[in-house]
Amino acid sequence: MTEWHSAFGWLLDPANWSGPGGIPVRIGEHLLYTLVTLVIAVVIAVPVGVAIGHTGKGRALAVQSSGVLRALPTLGVLLLLALWLGLGFGPPLIVMVLLGLPPLLAGAYAGIDAVDRATVDAARSIGMTGWQVLSKVELPLALPIIIGGIRSGCLQVIATWTVAAYLPLGGLGRFIYDGLAVQNYAEMLGASVLVILLALIADALFALVQRLVVPRGVVVGRASDVRVRSSKRLATTSESTAG
Amino acid sequence: MIEFRSVTKQFPDGTVAVREFSLVIPSRRITVLAGSSGSGKTTILRMINRMVDPSSGAIEIDGADISTLEPVRLRRGIGYVMQNSGLLPHRKVVDNIATVPLLRGEKRKDARARALDLMDTVGLDRALADRYPSQLSGGQQQRVGVARGLAVDPNILLMDEPFGAVDPLVRAELQQELLRLQHDLGKTVVFVTHDIDEAFLLGDQVVIFKPGGVVAQIGTPQQILAEPADEFVTRFVGADRGKRALHVRSEGGRDVVLDADGRPAGVLVGAAPTRDEAGAAAAAPGASAQGDRPR
Ligand SMILES: Nc1ncnc2c1ncn2[C@@H]1O[C@H](COP(=O)(O)OP(=O)(O)OP(=O)(O)O)[C@@H](O)[C@H]1O
Ligand SMILES: [Mg+2]
Repeated sequence: MTEWHSAFGWLLDPANWSGPGGIPVRIGEHLLYTLVTLVIAVVIAVPVGVAIGHTGKGRALAVQSSGVLRALPTLGVLLLLALWLGLGFGPPLIVMVLLGLPPLLAGAYAGIDAVDRATVDAARSIGMTGWQVLSKVELPLALPIIIGGIRSGCLQVIATWTVAAYLPLGGLGRFIYDGLAVQNYAEMLGASVLVILLALIADALFALVQRLVVPRGVVVGRASDVRVRSSKRLATTSESTAG
Repeated sequence: MIEFRSVTKQFPDGTVAVREFSLVIPSRRITVLAGSSGSGKTTILRMINRMVDPSSGAIEIDGADISTLEPVRLRRGIGYVMQNSGLLPHRKVVDNIATVPLLRGEKRKDARARALDLMDTVGLDRALADRYPSQLSGGQQQRVGVARGLAVDPNILLMDEPFGAVDPLVRAELQQELLRLQHDLGKTVVFVTHDIDEAFLLGDQVVIFKPGGVVAQIGTPQQILAEPADEFVTRFVGADRGKRALHVRSEGGRDVVLDADGRPAGVLVGAAPTRDEAGAAAAAPGASAQGDRPR
């Protein structure tokens, strides 16, 4: 109990919220690292995954390499790369991108794979080209699952950047390793709480996006009906708050 | 004219769906493929728009070997109504119908207006235009499929059991609509059905398949009824059950047409009853007496 007390004490201490090593700066760094990692991973994994789903080729290779990437010991690879390439942002970024690839890849090809083959066949048989089938049929229908892949990749990247602060880096992990060095458990716990909050908020945002991109008319419990209902509910709540 | 020259299709798993199939499908006529489930009807249809390529043999459209034609262009010029409607679930009814015209670069407004017209043609309420396929009944979905097939104003129309999921009344309406369309616009229609009554009603030429993709008989409905090629055809067209072997009995001053089991099939109207042409002018409920066709 006292640990929690002191953790919140640390979180609420105004001194920790200012200066170059303050909480806002660390959160900013953490978000920036995560964003850069995700953008690179998306640019690599989503086209590859979509291509695998569309052509049906290379799936075994993707599954195997995803398995290998998942099995990598994060900290070990991190240190190895740092020793090899030197300190700085580069080595950990490479590791983070590698770790982010499997869920993104899986989301992308599973998303395309989940599109009803009969629908794809119909699109082809009325005269859509391969690209048109991909862009007008497969991608819109697969988008919720693709976003789902990015969502789980994002959580993983947020968590793992914390560990990467073992190296001299910014981000919320800095507090944890610095706290560890001086046995400041309040700081460690407080920073952990921040990481968790960050992850929860990111997850909620992705969940929202994921719902918004479900194409209307798709029978995920008749998405359009659901939306009509929820907007009605919104309307009534805003009425009741107004009145 | 579409011509099949000893076409065989063997799928990679070894299934031979179509075996040494030859057929001339005349232009501006309705050719009906009827027969057992799994006898290769859908496969034959899909070979015409190159969704399936034959393992051997050749298919020509107006003298051009279709294996030399670009599949996408070929498909955009052929209306295809799929067995399972094949609508795009994320597009509204009107956008589904307008899909191909839009792909061909037609203006949105024109394509939409035409799609609405086509909804009238197939008997769909325009109020359904902004619904999604998942919000339609099976029969309504099929009619959207038919409208989409007509949207490109194709010379060739491939229809794979297009009226399977609609009720008998609407079905009869759609059949008449198809006959009218074909009569007015002179489309070459290849129509697949399980229903022999539908086959005889629509077909200028009917092909009857046995299981295993073997052709049992090719001919006009009259020829098939008059001279069934074999036992299978006799059973398939129902002649053995006496469904089409009709006779007339006088009943309370009117001539009632009976089938072989003595069940009433209709009443005889118009011409004086003559025993040898009993079926010719029978007004039967349903489509049991197809001797004369509304041409
Ligand atoms: N892609 C495929 N791969 C392997 N076999 C197939 C494939 N498509 C069809 N077949 C087989 O080919 C045969 C003919 O199929 P097809 O769909 O043409 O039959 P059909 O006459 O349309 O049947 P139905 O009246 O039930 O629709 C069947 O035995 C079917 O299992
Ligand atoms: Mg079929």
